[in-house]
Amino acid sequence: MIGWMEFWRLYRKNYGAVGGLFVLIAIVLVAVFAPVIYPVDPFEMVGRPISEPFGDFLLGTDVLGRDILAGLIHGARVSLMIGIVATLCATLVGVVFGALAGYYGGHIDDVLMRITEFFLTIPSFMLAILLVAIFSPSITTIVIAIAAVSWPSVARLTRAEFLTLRDREFVLAYRAMGMPDWQIILGHILPNAMPSIVVVSSLMVATAILTESGLSFLGLGDPNLSTWGHMVGVARGVLRTAWWMTAIPGLTILIAVLAINLIGEGLNDAMNPHLKVR
Amino acid sequence: MLSPTDFCASGPAFLRRNRKNAEGTAIMRSQRFTFASRRLLQLIPVVLAIASFNFILIHLAPGDAADVIAGQSGYATLEDIEGLRQEFGLDKPLYQQYLIYVGKVLTFDLGFSWVQKTAVLTLILERLPATLILVFSAVAMAVGLGIVLGVVSATRRGTWTDTMVTVGALLFYATPAFWFGLMLIVFFSLKLDLLPSGGMLTIASGKTGFAYVADVAQHLILPSLTMALYYLAIYTRLMRASMLEVYNLDFVRTARAKGLSERTVAWRHAARNALLPVVTIAGLQIGHFMGGSVLVETIFGWPGLGRLVFDALLQRDANLLMGIFLISSVLVVLINLLADLIYGLLDPRITHK
Repeated sequence: MIGWMEFWRLYRKNYGAVGGLFVLIAIVLVAVFAPVIYPVDPFEMVGRPISEPFGDFLLGTDVLGRDILAGLIHGARVSLMIGIVATLCATLVGVVFGALAGYYGGHIDDVLMRITEFFLTIPSFMLAILLVAIFSPSITTIVIAIAAVSWPSVARLTRAEFLTLRDREFVLAYRAMGMPDWQIILGHILPNAMPSIVVVSSLMVATAILTESGLSFLGLGDPNLSTWGHMVGVARGVLRTAWWMTAIPGLTILIAVLAINLIGEGLNDAMNPHLKVR
Repeated sequence: MLSPTDFCASGPAFLRRNRKNAEGTAIMRSQRFTFASRRLLQLIPVVLAIASFNFILIHLAPGDAADVIAGQSGYATLEDIEGLRQEFGLDKPLYQQYLIYVGKVLTFDLGFSWVQKTAVLTLILERLPATLILVFSAVAMAVGLGIVLGVVSATRRGTWTDTMVTVGALLFYATPAFWFGLMLIVFFSLKLDLLPSGGMLTIASGKTGFAYVADVAQHLILPSLTMALYYLAIYTRLMRASMLEVYNLDFVRTARAKGLSERTVAWRHAARNALLPVVTIAGLQIGHFMGGSVLVETIFGWPGLGRLVFDALLQRDANLLMGIFLISSVLVVLINLLADLIYGLLDPRITHK
């Protein structure tokens, strides 16, 4: 493993990644301190409906006269939380599948990989819709649905890493020492596979946020929470008269997702320096 | 799967194709046939898996299975629901219910949509062509443009063009498709009034022949661009990386040493060999395109399966949703098979064992 200073030295070289990091930190701070810095209820009708930006309200109001800025700020909490929690769940499932398949091989590998391939082939967004629709939308079902469609890529990657690591000398040595399999997997192979897994997971947060916004755009969001995708969905009805109402939340999603993607690339440069392509 | 480095040992694919004799071609064809029929058999586990999945969903969902199948908003009468209980054997033990359900699905009996008062399969087949047109033009757009942009930015590496393409790909990769579609409508339909904002045909225009095709094509531009954007970003980056890798190989140096123009080297030699990873990934992502059709078709009022998903959502028509999920998954497996067969044509060294 490389030290933190070395990590930062490599990460810093990627200007985009540094910029992404600053943007993400800003978004996280805003999300965490939302009730303090902007204590406006995103569901409260505070002004005249469909008022333009830079008037009484910095970003205007929506069709029901709710403050759009408040929606964005409070929506950041939901988007980030769903993105992160869903990614953690997906990573956990994917690592378990991939580790078992890669370490044991044989029939276990066959069965687990057939399941993984099945989930990779089917139209994932439709699966997510089906899950959320049947179990009625709530933050839990959305997280489960996003995790259910995201874990296969982690499983594939983890399996590939385990396949190359399981026959290396240090693993053979531990096995010869009589160390139990689970200790070898968790204590010795997994840490070596971690850099790649971290990179894929960080990029997955971005995809999860995109999926969540798509779901809530379709009206499959948690009805008690204001989210960015939902705001786009609501504003769609007045696209002809007030296009900016659609543009603003969508742009926010873009910026957040872009920042996370840039960070993912920076992590890749810093954690897997040997992979850096030109 | 082949990586671009595999080309190093055996030279470019298109050179070897000419060396194939008639006998070899016949063997390959029969191999391909066996491969295709074996892959078709793989459909059965996929259908079984999705049927089981749907069965589990129905039983985990709140409420009685008959209520779920009938749609939860009271479109079906009490007699209908009682009939469903009989039909699916809901008074029998769970494993028998499972066998009944899977038996129905395996014979493509997807049941009845009480909301729309039509058989689910009929509804799906009605909408399928529109979705296929949309998905195929989006895939073609993403792959075609992705390859061109990838080659252009790889050949002009380090220049402004390269930077622009790379930054563009980063932006596209982060853009929510549904939002991008809405912005396209604002710009091209509402402000510029250049392209239609939705639907598949101009209503009551009565166009036929070429005018009809042109009309559909015009309606197709914005939705397929919306669907393609995210994948365009992926394929551009992939193609660029793949090109840069192929540029290091011996046969490219040979082509340059022969005095071929840089343009010929890039497009006729390097690009053809750098293509395979992009085609492979695109083939694997057909399912994602199908999933994306829900958002795109909803925005553009495109009368396909995705739009049907949205309608089924609004009307809480679970049975229809599950039917669409099943059929589109089967479709994806079929298209993947087709893609695999196409690789064989693109690169004769891929044998279907």
